[in-house]
Amino acid sequence: MSIIIKNINKSFNQVIAVNDVSFEVKKGELFGLIGPDGAGKTTIFRILTTLLFADKGFAKVAGFDVIKDYKKIRSNVGYMPGRFSLYQDLTVEENLTFFATIFGTTIEENYDLIKDIYIQIEPFKNRRAGKLSGGMKQKLALSCALIHKPKVLFLDEPTTGVDPVSRKEFWEMLKRLQQKGITILVSTPYMDEAALCDRIALIQNGKILQIDDPKEIVKHFPTTIYDIKANNIYKLLLALKEYKHSYSVYPFGEFVHYTDKRDAFDTKELFQFLKDKGLNNIIIQPTETTIEDTFMELAK
Amino acid sequence: MKRFTGFIKKEFYHIFRDTRSLFILFGMPIAQVMLFGFAITNEINNVDIAFFDKSKDVTTQEIINKISASKYFTNKQIIKNDKEIETVFKKGKVKAVLIFDKDFSEKLTKENKTTVQIITDATDPNTANTINNYLSSILKNYQLVINHQIKHSPQINPETRLIYNPELKSVFTFVPGVMTVILMLVSAMMTSISITREKEMGTMEILLVSPIKPFQVILGKVFPYIFLSVINAVVIVLLSIFIFKMPVEGSLFLLGFESVLFIINALSLGILISTISSTQQTAMMISLMGLMLPVILLSGFIFPISSMPFPLQVISHIIPAKWFIIIIKAIMLKGVGLSFIWKETLIILFMTLIFITISIKKYKIRLE
Amino acid sequence: MIETNVIQVENLTKKFGDFIAVNAITFEVKRGEIFGFLGANGAGKTTAMKMLIGISSPTSGNAKVADFDVFTNSEDIKKNIGYMSQKFALYDDLTVKENITFFGGIYGLSRKKIEEKRQLLVEELGLQNIVNELVGSLPLGWKQKIAFSVALLHEPKIVFLDEPTGGVDPITRRQFWEMIYKASNNGTTVFVTTHYMDEAEYCDRVSIMVEGKIEALDTPKKLKEKFKVNSMNDVFLKLARNIE
Repeated sequence: MSIIIKNINKSFNQVIAVNDVSFEVKKGELFGLIGPDGAGKTTIFRILTTLLFADKGFAKVAGFDVIKDYKKIRSNVGYMPGRFSLYQDLTVEENLTFFATIFGTTIEENYDLIKDIYIQIEPFKNRRAGKLSGGMKQKLALSCALIHKPKVLFLDEPTTGVDPVSRKEFWEMLKRLQQKGITILVSTPYMDEAALCDRIALIQNGKILQIDDPKEIVKHFPTTIYDIKANNIYKLLLALKEYKHSYSVYPFGEFVHYTDKRDAFDTKELFQFLKDKGLNNIIIQPTETTIEDTFMELAK
Repeated sequence: MKRFTGFIKKEFYHIFRDTRSLFILFGMPIAQVMLFGFAITNEINNVDIAFFDKSKDVTTQEIINKISASKYFTNKQIIKNDKEIETVFKKGKVKAVLIFDKDFSEKLTKENKTTVQIITDATDPNTANTINNYLSSILKNYQLVINHQIKHSPQINPETRLIYNPELKSVFTFVPGVMTVILMLVSAMMTSISITREKEMGTMEILLVSPIKPFQVILGKVFPYIFLSVINAVVIVLLSIFIFKMPVEGSLFLLGFESVLFIINALSLGILISTISSTQQTAMMISLMGLMLPVILLSGFIFPISSMPFPLQVISHIIPAKWFIIIIKAIMLKGVGLSFIWKETLIILFMTLIFITISIKKYKIRLE
Repeated sequence: MIETNVIQVENLTKKFGDFIAVNAITFEVKRGEIFGFLGANGAGKTTAMKMLIGISSPTSGNAKVADFDVFTNSEDIKKNIGYMSQKFALYDDLTVKENITFFGGIYGLSRKKIEEKRQLLVEELGLQNIVNELVGSLPLGWKQKIAFSVALLHEPKIVFLDEPTGGVDPITRRQFWEMIYKASNNGTTVFVTTHYMDEAEYCDRVSIMVEGKIEALDTPKKLKEKFKVNSMNDVFLKLARNIE
């Protein structure tokens, strides 16, 4: 096991940030911590990177205890904090050189590992980090976190505020790093990124809701979800909430995701009900469960 | 060692790329020395004065001429009646009015006694005092002259001599003060800001999760500023020597040694500030309010400590700047050696050790 | 039907020196529409929006917002729009009540009207227990919902939302969208700028800005059909690839 975290609790001034969290990450696994802002993701990262003490519980990273062997952990992990945390007034190359020196290595020594990523920003190596685009900053930060060949990589919301193209490229890079045997713990508020992980933990208000393979997690959803659409979404929402058999009603892109309390649910009856409510162009069709649906069901 | 030099290199990049701070760093000492040297001064020049001469005789005319001839006063106008006195003051035309009684000469020769009244505008008490002193001394001088002529009874004339700053040049007292303020500001504020900036930017998080040791981070932060502060001190001393003709009676080596000691003292204060503040803004506020104000007000730089109320005098003892001002004044103006200032030096050294110990104790290897 | 367009933009351009931040964009937004204004960071969204809300003056082109010209009547525009951004929405160190009173006040609502609105708002959002709490102590989701209501306090014709639901939990996010649908149903136009493509899925129509130009403008459904993909995220990916 690369990361073991057991019954971890952490509070700040009576506010519980992490509530009895336990999970394990296997060596070489790409593990995702999925949850909204304030779910406790960053606190978990800081406990694992030895920046914070947990109130209760214990944790090990790369075989080292986070409290006793914190120095060993610090030279064996790579960490990319939530915000872009590099020196904005230093150039791309100066940033990388600096982090190489403080980890007691050089760019040349570990160039192999970062080559794939660094090559994309190398043309701008004399540009100040503050003047890079979001996607390039993210690549530089990843290069810096990798420069000392860490065993475990901690990436706290690496794709927040980054455009879709860079996000896609970033996940492709993570997949390649994983193949080199690096264990990766990544957090994200984007539910659609969950599918790209080997295993995920859904987390909200400091509590883990579920841990599983992303493909398995949607199977836990108890019932069938229907996509419903009509000419006026707001009136549709009100009508569905009024419908006596409705279990959950959530706007979901251009549709509304609807589940029914009954096991045997007849769409015709609902169709008629909506029509009587004065709605037109009604569409009701079964749809695939997403991780977001599962999340909402678990968090309910 | 390679880690450490790498860190220092990075610090210098930060400093030299931040042109605004760099400008403050080197522009401020020069501007401050010039300001204190030229503009802010206790001396008076060309003060407008009016005369109300009720006597209009030879003696009064002679006195008026004497006063008008001095570089301190400019004869503004002659007043003709009592009412005018108030108007000239109210209009702010003059700072002082000199009134001669009727039959001034006559009384002086016959009764051996006469009066002259000096009215000064005391809205600025310091200036008023100085004007008073200057006028009185001109009058006394004149009295001496006539006393000689009439060979009157013998009297005691105290002869005063001012040593160390015989011309009472205010710039001589300000230079040590300005130097203290600047070294304090640059060293303490700049280091505390540069450490808190790392906290604010989130880079401190990465530094913590790396094998670099806390004392390497602290030393790496401090080292560039020792270097810059020494340059600053040299600039200030050179300016005062060449522009204000300030003497350096004592050893330059001793002056340098004491300055470096004070710089280290200020730097350790800066580190201390950074351990208790989490944003650049708080670091700056604490440095300005907590360091600058006491350094300016309670160190004896502007207000003499001996005339402060007792509680403030006690507080002034714990202000390193007070001891440093004593030290540099002693070296520059009195030309004394270490044997005369070892006590003050030890106090600063002791304070520095305390600050460093607390800083290391308080420096966090974690985020809490 | 021209009179139903509340935003009408024609060849709107903004240059900063040689740099063209917004390059001759043209579009219109209908009354009551939820319009998504998408683009990556630095694509020119914020610059364009600043011109529309009357705080930045265009280099050339025409734009009318709520029937007022952005060149000559920017002050009138400000009175007729509401604005909410993710970065700043409410004062953390004021209570919910104080925030409502303050924002009602700067839009010139009478004391009676503010009182009325506040009661309505408290009831609708169920704020009875937190109306006297400091905003800073509330969860992000609550802040966002209250901020949106506050932006609608003076019954603006158009409300501009800058990345309103980034980072919010999925359930709160849906409650937020329900509020947006409601406002739109009441005839308020909603203009959402965002770089979160999943926020785009909820809009009636979206425009995608790339390097200062609008490269696509349609309903999310038609865009997805056109690019033969399943999500707005993929629409954006394809669009970016085509331009490269």
